[in-house]
Amino acid sequence: MTILVLAEHDNQQLKADTAKIVNAAVAIGGDIHVFVVGENCAAVADQAKQLAGVKKVRVADASVYGAQLAENVAKLITDISADYSHILAAASSVGKSALPRVAALADVAQISEVVAVVDADTFTHPIYAGNALETVKSLDAIKVLTVRPSAFDAVSNDGNAEVESLTQVFEARTTFVSQTLTESARPELGNAGIIVSGGRGMGSGENFVMLEQLADKLGAAVGASRAAVDAGFVPNDLQVGQTGKIVAPDLYLAVGISGAIQHLAGMKDSKVIVAINKDPEAPIFQVADYGLEADLFEAIPSLNSLI
Amino acid sequence: MKVLVPVKRVVDANVKVRVKADNTNVDTTNLKMALNPFCEIAVEEAVRLKEAGIATEIVVVSVGTKAVHEQLRTAMALGADRAIHIDSDDELVPLSIAKILHAVQLKEQADIVLLGKQSIDGDNNQTGQMLAALADLPQATFASQLNVDGTNLTVTREIDGGLQTLTMPLPAIVTADLRLNEPRYASLPNIMKAKRKPLESISLADLGVTLKSHQQIVKVTAPQERQAGIMVASVEELVEKLKNEAKVI
Repeated sequence: MTILVLAEHDNQQLKADTAKIVNAAVAIGGDIHVFVVGENCAAVADQAKQLAGVKKVRVADASVYGAQLAENVAKLITDISADYSHILAAASSVGKSALPRVAALADVAQISEVVAVVDADTFTHPIYAGNALETVKSLDAIKVLTVRPSAFDAVSNDGNAEVESLTQVFEARTTFVSQTLTESARPELGNAGIIVSGGRGMGSGENFVMLEQLADKLGAAVGASRAAVDAGFVPNDLQVGQTGKIVAPDLYLAVGISGAIQHLAGMKDSKVIVAINKDPEAPIFQVADYGLEADLFEAIPSLNSLI
Repeated sequence: MKVLVPVKRVVDANVKVRVKADNTNVDTTNLKMALNPFCEIAVEEAVRLKEAGIATEIVVVSVGTKAVHEQLRTAMALGADRAIHIDSDDELVPLSIAKILHAVQLKEQADIVLLGKQSIDGDNNQTGQMLAALADLPQATFASQLNVDGTNLTVTREIDGGLQTLTMPLPAIVTADLRLNEPRYASLPNIMKAKRKPLESISLADLGVTLKSHQQIVKVTAPQERQAGIMVASVEELVEKLKNEAKVI
């Protein structure tokens, strides 16, 4: 069995998610290859070869892969898919876009957001916004899986895999125009040990500054509920939930968030959940380890001064 | 131009499902069913394209038992022109749905196939991408804005770090994110009108699609319940607990 793991990166930096997906591959068992697809991404390949348990890093470095467009990345992966029993990617925007195309081209089903490996053919993933866990046995020759990074620990960085270059070039009809990324000095949501999240109760985007100050003190990332995003308080890439980011930090602090099913889907695997809400009936209190019924505009400043 | 919108009947988003006692599946009997929220956004976008004079016909399609007629009528009440029901009793994986939709697209030759980015039951987020692969068409997933300019489509997508804009030639496959639009409500006159709009039922055999089995469900279990914790009386107590009891700060 040989397993291909699609590296998650921005052409310069290998993202921490990749080390977690490699660990899912370790749980399946077999040789592990990491595939780096991008443009001027030699530094990423260098980082990928240090991941413990990785036997080979394959690199496709070409300008057509710079934006990691699903269309040609999927063709490229399909081109080498015969070498593999399993193809894995993070359940990220790149992985979720490209991998179903790979699966369809290989005429196999995909299992999305895998959170546990039972054996080489059998995997568990959440359905219905995390309200049920489905374990499925794949009958396909190639197992195509997107893996939920928060469900696996990262492998260490003491490996030394061989690096191989691939030269296949597939064009895409899709053209990259531009992107605007949210600049932040705080940790990424997916990798943060602590997350401070605000909801509709924050009232305005300006009020999020309070949470940002608290987050900076804690070394935390800032998240948000859908209500806060829809109201324009914060950009949508901060959304935690069924359709936003799925996170599992050590501490999740939910401020002014009621706790709808769709939000809980994104954070209920956090180790410790704290809820600050003035509504004692808010569903968030049913999952919170520590609840504080209080006006957030009083609680957050005093929390800020105490930490 | 023609827009094809695949829609799915799912358990209403506000209903919390329970797992069956024998762990074979979730129990969906007697639950309120609805149009998948992301499909609703896809329908709304198609209707807006028609109102903008870009789309000329909106065709909605759904795969399932006769019960999906209800959701197809809803989509037509929102503004779709006609509906296709592909009759199937089986629980199908996204690849099988994509194969069926590909066959429909071969017949319909739509310029844009607009889907929701995921259904809130399976949470798979696969069908649009798989259809794009089978049809060998460009795709724009997780769209939060789309503009049609002649035979080109420009789409802004929600990606992990922010937003990304792509442009591609039509025909293309687009999957809708939450922020693409705010779906309208169907008015009573439109609900009445939708009853007279054409709805065609096609069997899988007539469509000429053969499907294969890809996976079997081993078990469906409830996630570990999180117990409610304790309520603290003050911010001081909260900080004390987080420092000394939970030891997370």
